[in-house]
Amino acid sequence: MSIMTELAARDRVFNFLTPTDSPVDVRHGPILYLEDVNVSFDGFRAINNLNLTIDDGELRCIIGPNGAGKTTMMDIITGKTAPDTGSVWFGSRHNLLTMSEPDIASLGIGRKFQKPTVFEALTVFENLELAMAADKRVFPTLTAQMKPKHRERIEEVLETINLQDLRDRPAGILSHGQKQWLEIGMLLMQKPRLLLVDEPVAGMTEQEMERTAELLTSLAGKQSVVVVEHDMGFVRSIARKVTVLHQGSVLAEGSMDQVSNDPEVIKVYLGEEA
Amino acid sequence: MWLTRPLQERSTQLFLGILFFALIVVTVLHLALPEGNPLHVSAYTVTLLGKYLCYALLAVAVDLVWGYLGILSLGHGAFFALGGYAMGMYLMRQIGDRGTYGDPILPDFMVFLNWQELPWYWYGFDMAWFAFAMVLLAPGALALVFGWLAFRSRVTGVYLSIITQALTFALMLAFFRNEMGFGGNNGLTDFRDILGFNLRTDATRLGLFIATGIALAIGYVVCRGIVTSKLGRVSVACRDAEARTRFLGYRVERVQLFVFVVSAMLAGVAGALYVPQVGIINPSEFSPIFSIEIVVWVALGGRATLYGAVIGAILVNYAKTVFTGVMPDAWLFALGALFVLVTVFLPQGIAGLLRKRRKSTDDGSGPSESSSTSEATA
Amino acid sequence: MSIPRWLTFFLMVLLMTTAGTVSAQQQDQTPEALLEQLADASPRDTEAAIKAIATSGHERARAWLEAYGNNRISQVEATGRIVIVLNNRGRDWEVADALTGENLGEMSRRDLDRIAINNAVRRQLAGVLAMLDLFAKDVAVREAAALDLLGKVDDAIVEEVTARIEEEPDAGVRNRLEEALAIYQVEEQGSLDAIEVLSGSLHPRARAALNSAVASEDPARKAAAEQALASIQQKLRLNNAAETLYFGLSLGSVLVLAAIGLAITFGVMGVINMAHGELIMLGAYTTWGMQQLLPGQPGLALILSIPAGFLVAALAGIAIERSVIQFLKGRPLETLLATFGVSLILQQLVRTVISPLNRTVVTPEWMSGSLVINDALSLTLNRMYVIGFALLVFTALMLIMRRTRLGLEVRAVTQNRAMARSMGIKATRVDIMTFALGSGVAGLAGVALSQLTNVGPNLGQNYIIDSFMVVVFGGVGNLWGTLVAGLTLGTINQLLEPWAGAVLAKIIVLVFIILFIQKRPKGLFPQKGRAAEG
Repeated sequence: MSIMTELAARDRVFNFLTPTDSPVDVRHGPILYLEDVNVSFDGFRAINNLNLTIDDGELRCIIGPNGAGKTTMMDIITGKTAPDTGSVWFGSRHNLLTMSEPDIASLGIGRKFQKPTVFEALTVFENLELAMAADKRVFPTLTAQMKPKHRERIEEVLETINLQDLRDRPAGILSHGQKQWLEIGMLLMQKPRLLLVDEPVAGMTEQEMERTAELLTSLAGKQSVVVVEHDMGFVRSIARKVTVLHQGSVLAEGSMDQVSNDPEVIKVYLGEEA
Repeated sequence: MWLTRPLQERSTQLFLGILFFALIVVTVLHLALPEGNPLHVSAYTVTLLGKYLCYALLAVAVDLVWGYLGILSLGHGAFFALGGYAMGMYLMRQIGDRGTYGDPILPDFMVFLNWQELPWYWYGFDMAWFAFAMVLLAPGALALVFGWLAFRSRVTGVYLSIITQALTFALMLAFFRNEMGFGGNNGLTDFRDILGFNLRTDATRLGLFIATGIALAIGYVVCRGIVTSKLGRVSVACRDAEARTRFLGYRVERVQLFVFVVSAMLAGVAGALYVPQVGIINPSEFSPIFSIEIVVWVALGGRATLYGAVIGAILVNYAKTVFTGVMPDAWLFALGALFVLVTVFLPQGIAGLLRKRRKSTDDGSGPSESSSTSEATA
Repeated sequence: MSIPRWLTFFLMVLLMTTAGTVSAQQQDQTPEALLEQLADASPRDTEAAIKAIATSGHERARAWLEAYGNNRISQVEATGRIVIVLNNRGRDWEVADALTGENLGEMSRRDLDRIAINNAVRRQLAGVLAMLDLFAKDVAVREAAALDLLGKVDDAIVEEVTARIEEEPDAGVRNRLEEALAIYQVEEQGSLDAIEVLSGSLHPRARAALNSAVASEDPARKAAAEQALASIQQKLRLNNAAETLYFGLSLGSVLVLAAIGLAITFGVMGVINMAHGELIMLGAYTTWGMQQLLPGQPGLALILSIPAGFLVAALAGIAIERSVIQFLKGRPLETLLATFGVSLILQQLVRTVISPLNRTVVTPEWMSGSLVINDALSLTLNRMYVIGFALLVFTALMLIMRRTRLGLEVRAVTQNRAMARSMGIKATRVDIMTFALGSGVAGLAGVALSQLTNVGPNLGQNYIIDSFMVVVFGGVGNLWGTLVAGLTLGTINQLLEPWAGAVLAKIIVLVFIILFIQKRPKGLFPQKGRAAEG
């Protein structure tokens, strides 16, 4: 795009006009807004004209077959991958494309990875401590002191994720499901405005799944949650609004019933699984 | 306070206790016993031990970045050597007009090369405070620039190792050049005195030995302070899951840069204390093989323990002294074998062995290492 | 040297018609008569006598004239026989018959009558000697003679040279003669046309002549000479550039050879082998050993070293893989340290078993010498062979990786080990084969290097950092990248050398790469896509 057309674009918000360290502004609508996003890897279009809007406090499930671009979409939102074109806004003030991963994280977007990644050499307690919302610059981190209120907060989350007994064990010894829980716990410690949760129930038992569903639904309202999941039963149990991704763009959006009756969706995705 | 926290730790107290005990014993055996006594520690041995302590401090610096940050620097010799050169320049200026050519300003090698005046970067090194500041600032600045470039572009792992090696190699080539003004091949030598004390007297040598011991103690406490702070845990997080750490909101590159610079400065201090004790600094300290040797000291002692680095450095260098005296040809075989055996059979190093033994003997209060304490309480 | 009769005849006719000084009677002179004429000549006739000998085409003509120039032609007083004095020390001189070269033993010097020569004649003689080979049958001899004439043409022979130009069948020799003549004309006559001729010459002697013309008073000459010099400088610059490029390519090929094995072990397998340099060293020592086994046949030994060097290094590689690397899978930094230990052991082994000193590897005849392009540019053959060899090895590797079963399996295992195994590929076997291949190529690099540098225990150490730089610069896992990176770095290094010096050039290149890696951590040709991210 040439500079002239860029300047002439009416919807453009100039960077210097947008205060970056102000809290997220959701008075004018959605908390997350993706428009015309495109990404390709070596000619392969992972994301193709993707448009997606997440409202404040919403719980959204995103489904789609392998290679639909779910993980890439999360990479874009969290700053790991830069899209070729398009715009990504957090609230109405923060252009996520100009920000680094830590900035985006500090702004209040938390992410749980598909493959659970916790710090295996550190204890469960320390994992949560690092995730805790705090001043995360180098020197404040060096001089940080653990205060009683911090300890209380960690204990609280430990209880939520049911890992009190393993508090001082290295995270490396946890089972797959426990690691999933720990990672969710770390998300909670961050107190994000928006949670991006990639396959939260893989490797969990039936009961654990239920508790996760409970937890995620309870978060919605206060925080916005985006869940990417393969497990249809789980999605059905929590979903209010579902977005179906296919070949990098939105194929359908609506309630679980609407979506599962959509002939297109049945053709590309549900049909195969059913 | 992050710096005083380690002093309350049992492991640090133990380490400092042993270190100070050793310093006192050596001092007493050197001063109190007559030369003929079998227990007398000669000035030569004092200096040798001082050299080991310098290496130990250097190893602690490497362990800080490798053990806790996961950055395998194959160029720490460069920081060591820069610290050494800063000290060497000060010592050169202290010679004054007592050099072979008797020039009050120019060091001998410059007179020899027919230089007319002192290069600008030699200014100020006649003042101790300036030189000692440069001991920290020169390696620190190099680490800052290099680290800023590297970490910002997320160059890590093997790539970083290779380019740190290239860095020290390039510096070695540069310092070999006479035109650089650091004495070329021969380096800086023929020192006379430091802070007014004659370097060739036993008392000064003992003083340097004790100073090195204290520097090691301080360096150890600083490193321990960092690794036991929240920043230390963030370092470990960067080491094990860099991307995850970033998504938690930490600026990984700044954490890496901070720790890297601190480590480089410690290496510089080690180099600065090394030079007056061995009496020379030349470009061979920049050689890649020396830098990689430091890493094997740490590996032998045990990564991510700090005290292991000290044990490793002293053991390997003691072995080197013995070997090169008795059968010099065998030393490189032994060193090579050490590299292989430690990495293949002893990935936790000696510290790992100690920990395992302690765990099996008393299934109780382990050292302060997070993994063992947690195992003990469970 | 024998000149066929027809040519002799031809030359004589030629000389008679062009250089009127030679009289008709000489045509049927016998060798004896030629010598007689020289012996009896008055100083005024000497010139003619010398010319007669020179154009006679007699096989001993050169010997006579050289001996004459050295005051060594004498006539035996008693018999009138012409002899060449072999040793003129002492009272009795050892002499040989001038006609046959037969050694006649010693003779009292009183019995000998020296055939005198004055300095004017001696000067003339030099020119004649220089021209002598111009009559040879062999073009190469004529060319050498013509080259030798540059700057030696003088009043005495200028006419003959001019004459030769007309008759010389070979264009190259003719050009040389023209240059020689032009130098004479520029220096002695200040001819403007000659300056024009010299503007095409790259020979230093031509520049000397032009420089003398620049100093001349005549503005036209001065301007013409300056212009000619400028045009020569331009050509020289081009030739210099070509030479630098050639050196750059040859250094680059060495880097490619050294690095391409690493590109496989590091780039494809992800194994950091710090002992790679020592595998190169083993290849070089294999060449040396081969030459010890086959004394007197360095060429054959070198050719046999190619498979042998590959084999030795590949076996050493397998040993390293089996004994160390397989235990350190997925721990690249530890692999780096352990293989560094191996490299120390290998170095010390060579020091202890063979010698800490450098060994000499003989360059076979067909590899020594150089290809002369012009006076300013000649390309040494050994470098050319190395360039060719590097390209050959590269092509072979490309084919192996792209077209063979092994290549397919290697790519499968590197992209998804578990999947490859489940499809029946023996991943361990592939590891061994890949590592052996990469190591073997290092051995080949050693064979090539033995022709360029000293073979010693430190040989490998000198290349390991460079090799890693090439691989990282080119982009890990990309053989093309390694080729481009190696050639580029080699050329940059050579371009910098003239004004920075060898050491500084190397430092600049290192710093350049360090900075480049910051800008593009994945090298010139990064691997893209999701697989590369993981």
